[in-house]
Amino acid sequence: MSVVSVTTGPRRGWKSVSTWIGAVIVGIAMICALFAPLLAPHDPFAQDLGKRLLVPFWMEGTDPAHLLGTDQLGRDYLSRLIYGCRISMLIGVTVTIVSAVIGIAIGVLGGFLGGRVDDAVLFAITTRLSIPVVLVALAVVGLLGSSMHLLVITLGLLLWDRFAVVARSTTMQVRNLDFVAAAWCAGCSRFRILSREVLPNIASHLVVVATLEIALAILLEAALSFLGLGVPPPLPSWGLMIAEAKDYMFFSPWVIVIPGIALFVLVLGINLLGDGLRDAFGTHRTDT
Amino acid sequence: MLQFLVRRLIVALLVAATVMTLAFILTRLSGDLAVSIAGPNATQEDIELVRKAYGLDRPLTSQFFDWVGRAVTGDLGESYFFKARVSSLIAERMPITITLGLTGLVIALLVSLPLGILAAVRENTTLDRVVQMVALLGQAMPSFWLGLILMITFGLQLGWLPISGTGSWQHYVMPGIVLAFSAIPALTRLTRAGMIQAMGSDYIRTARAKGLSRASILLKHALRNAAIPVVAIAAVQLGFMLGGSIVIEQVFALHGVGFLAWESIGKNDFPVVQAVVLVLAVIYVALTMLADLMNAVLDPRLR
Amino acid sequence: MSALLEIEDLAVSFGRTGAVRGTSLTVERGETLCVVGESGCGKSVTALAVMNLLARGARRTARSMRFQGEDLLGLSDTGMARLRGNDMAMIFQEPMTSLNPAYTVGSQMTEVLRRHKGTPQRVAVDRAADLLARVGITAPGLRLGQFPHQLSGGLRQRVMIAMALMCEPKLLIADEPTTALDVTVQAQILRLLAQLQRDLGLGMMLITHDLGIVARVAHKVAVMYAGKVVENAATAELFASPRHPYTQGLLRCVPVPGKIKRDEPLGSIPGTVPRVGPDFEGCAFRERCSFADPTCEHEIPRHQAGGAHDFLCRLPA
Ligand SMILES: Nc1ncnc2c1ncn2[C@@H]1O[C@H](COP(=O)(O)OP(=O)(O)OP(=O)(O)O)[C@@H](O)[C@H]1O
Ligand SMILES: [Mg+2]
Repeated sequence: MSVVSVTTGPRRGWKSVSTWIGAVIVGIAMICALFAPLLAPHDPFAQDLGKRLLVPFWMEGTDPAHLLGTDQLGRDYLSRLIYGCRISMLIGVTVTIVSAVIGIAIGVLGGFLGGRVDDAVLFAITTRLSIPVVLVALAVVGLLGSSMHLLVITLGLLLWDRFAVVARSTTMQVRNLDFVAAAWCAGCSRFRILSREVLPNIASHLVVVATLEIALAILLEAALSFLGLGVPPPLPSWGLMIAEAKDYMFFSPWVIVIPGIALFVLVLGINLLGDGLRDAFGTHRTDT
Repeated sequence: MLQFLVRRLIVALLVAATVMTLAFILTRLSGDLAVSIAGPNATQEDIELVRKAYGLDRPLTSQFFDWVGRAVTGDLGESYFFKARVSSLIAERMPITITLGLTGLVIALLVSLPLGILAAVRENTTLDRVVQMVALLGQAMPSFWLGLILMITFGLQLGWLPISGTGSWQHYVMPGIVLAFSAIPALTRLTRAGMIQAMGSDYIRTARAKGLSRASILLKHALRNAAIPVVAIAAVQLGFMLGGSIVIEQVFALHGVGFLAWESIGKNDFPVVQAVVLVLAVIYVALTMLADLMNAVLDPRLR
Repeated sequence: MSALLEIEDLAVSFGRTGAVRGTSLTVERGETLCVVGESGCGKSVTALAVMNLLARGARRTARSMRFQGEDLLGLSDTGMARLRGNDMAMIFQEPMTSLNPAYTVGSQMTEVLRRHKGTPQRVAVDRAADLLARVGITAPGLRLGQFPHQLSGGLRQRVMIAMALMCEPKLLIADEPTTALDVTVQAQILRLLAQLQRDLGLGMMLITHDLGIVARVAHKVAVMYAGKVVENAATAELFASPRHPYTQGLLRCVPVPGKIKRDEPLGSIPGTVPRVGPDFEGCAFRERCSFADPTCEHEIPRHQAGGAHDFLCRLPA
């Protein structure tokens, strides 16, 4: 007897490992964000011009008091990194809350009411997608002056599209399900149907979108701060840290490597967690 | 099909009109433009002079309709800082941005098509998981940071590529790679998903039953169908890349439209800012329409 | 001379499911073998195993598998691809989705001929047009330039048949080619297949669960149940004296005009085909069989009933 073809099925283990990695990264980031003052070994704003550009622990000539070295103004890099995590998480979460409120409201309305309202919603989404996000955010901050509040509101007003798209399509699916039709027949009010039947059923999809949006908002904040029109100095935003250290990067590459890797790892962690949640909820990708 | 195109065109015009209005409102957000144009040391007289000269003393509605009326004829106004016509400023810088965008798109396709196909053919193997991991890594990469790292490595340490400017084609390699990174994850996933779906389809079983070669099955029969959504998304991604190139133009000092916008924001040069927003939006809308057309070309069922 | 297709003891399993568990079949040149059985008994899997088109995850074993004397088991992927579409062709159950939506009928038809015979495109187009006319398609020149979505299901199945005949195969495997079609179209397609088989001297393996079809086109019949061939016989012999209780049950399900009274319920076999593991022992039909007794739980010997008639049941009846 000869065996011609044998293939193995999918292995689930790998997926759950990556989800756990994501969860651990996000957990650490949350701890850093919440307890930054307790965790940071130094004041992130304290300058010491006598200790400028000290190298991190893996290089020769490091100062044990500054594990990750110091920046061009002698500020402790580890402390700035921890406080920067706080800024990233804060902006990621608040921007996502703002955009979720807008996007879910618009999307659910369009998907639930259909007809003209839905046409208007689709038009709003199309228009929003045609607007260059980075440019408009830069312009707003450039014209009105940089502050955290303004940045959060601007990004929140710009990043609702994915929430709207997903909320709209999932609401449409749920609206056509039997139990919702039954609720209609039982004479429930629109509001009751929306809050009791529709929202709980689309929530898992929206949670997955939220993780993606938090990651996106963090990346955008970093890019805007890098261009000098995001978080105002001397706040230790990772993007701003990279921008300020840019002039020194050719001789001390670690000054941009450290905050960049922190940013990369945090965003990766959030995405891994989001991917894991997507699989756990059994929802499909909507971000392509 | 024709009806569909006409409807798309109407929507596109409406989108352009809405973006125009938004761009106008955006630039008026800061309150008194005359004050910001005149600069911090200007006297009250200077400010009044500026206000008159730029027509900012007229009511907002008349300023708006004046701008719209001119923009429709291709006149985007005059730059305060560059003292030149905005349309010619943009026309001058556009080739650099388009070159950058197309370079990014080509690199993205060259990477994501083979990766997506490979992952689909080896579905659920280690290779597949590695490809999906690469897509996730690409999604998490901050583009400006990647640009700086490439500059240090390939520009300074290895000396292979020029660090900034636009002198030769080599100048576009690093910015193109960085820009491509933003499109690679989505394109790779879409290619993979499309290929997996196609490879499991009945017509691929027919192609195998016909004894066709593996290359013909993969590249002629499966890829042709899997490519339909990829092509559409690629056009849209190009739109996003052009809009997002502002960061990369700044990092690599490429004086394209994004760089122009960045400079103008710094100088409160609002005619340029609103014009660039409008032009990028119109290009995006045009690209989505192009995507629809290409879909119709690739998918006979839509003709 | 060796038979056209000769399979001995074919087994296919998907993980813990034994889809085919030791099937032996022979198709002679110019002869139609009908494979019948209820849904899920492994007919399609047998056909796909012959063509080596099984889905990933399938495990195929056999004592021997010969096509025109050539060993199929030892054949490489490219060797198999050389045979497929060329000497052995297959048409499927789903005409709506079996053609590639992105290419014209003509390009999909000529491609086979160019691949296997290296025929120039012009000549291949002529042959494709001839064959389309042959399978009863009017205005073949026009159809060649059309895309699958512009054709009805019946037309698409005719195209599939014409495409399968492009390289003048010796063996045509047709897996329920009419199930997805309208009743009137079903009859036309079957008549066409039977006629082509006669005219071209094809060896044909026709899979169906419709015994009415079998009676009209088959030379011999293999009855499958839960992955095993339970009875083999020439068509007339099978209809005249079915030996296996399952075959008898199947035949009772066929309404014969005049033989059943009005308002009398049609016969049917109670229960459904069980899913069995690859190592299942005994007769898989015993749960539904009115003749079953404890010996049915053990290995069943194959009984000869004269000529080419054999069956798999403990009852030597
Ligand atoms: N790709 C597959 N993966 C797992 N199991 C499969 C696969 N293909 C077939 N099977 C199993 O093999 C058994 C036989 O299937 P097969 O398609 O051969 O039935 P069939 O006799 O052709 O039925 P039908 O008349 O419905 O076409 C079924 O139990 C089916 O579930
Ligand atoms: Mg079948």
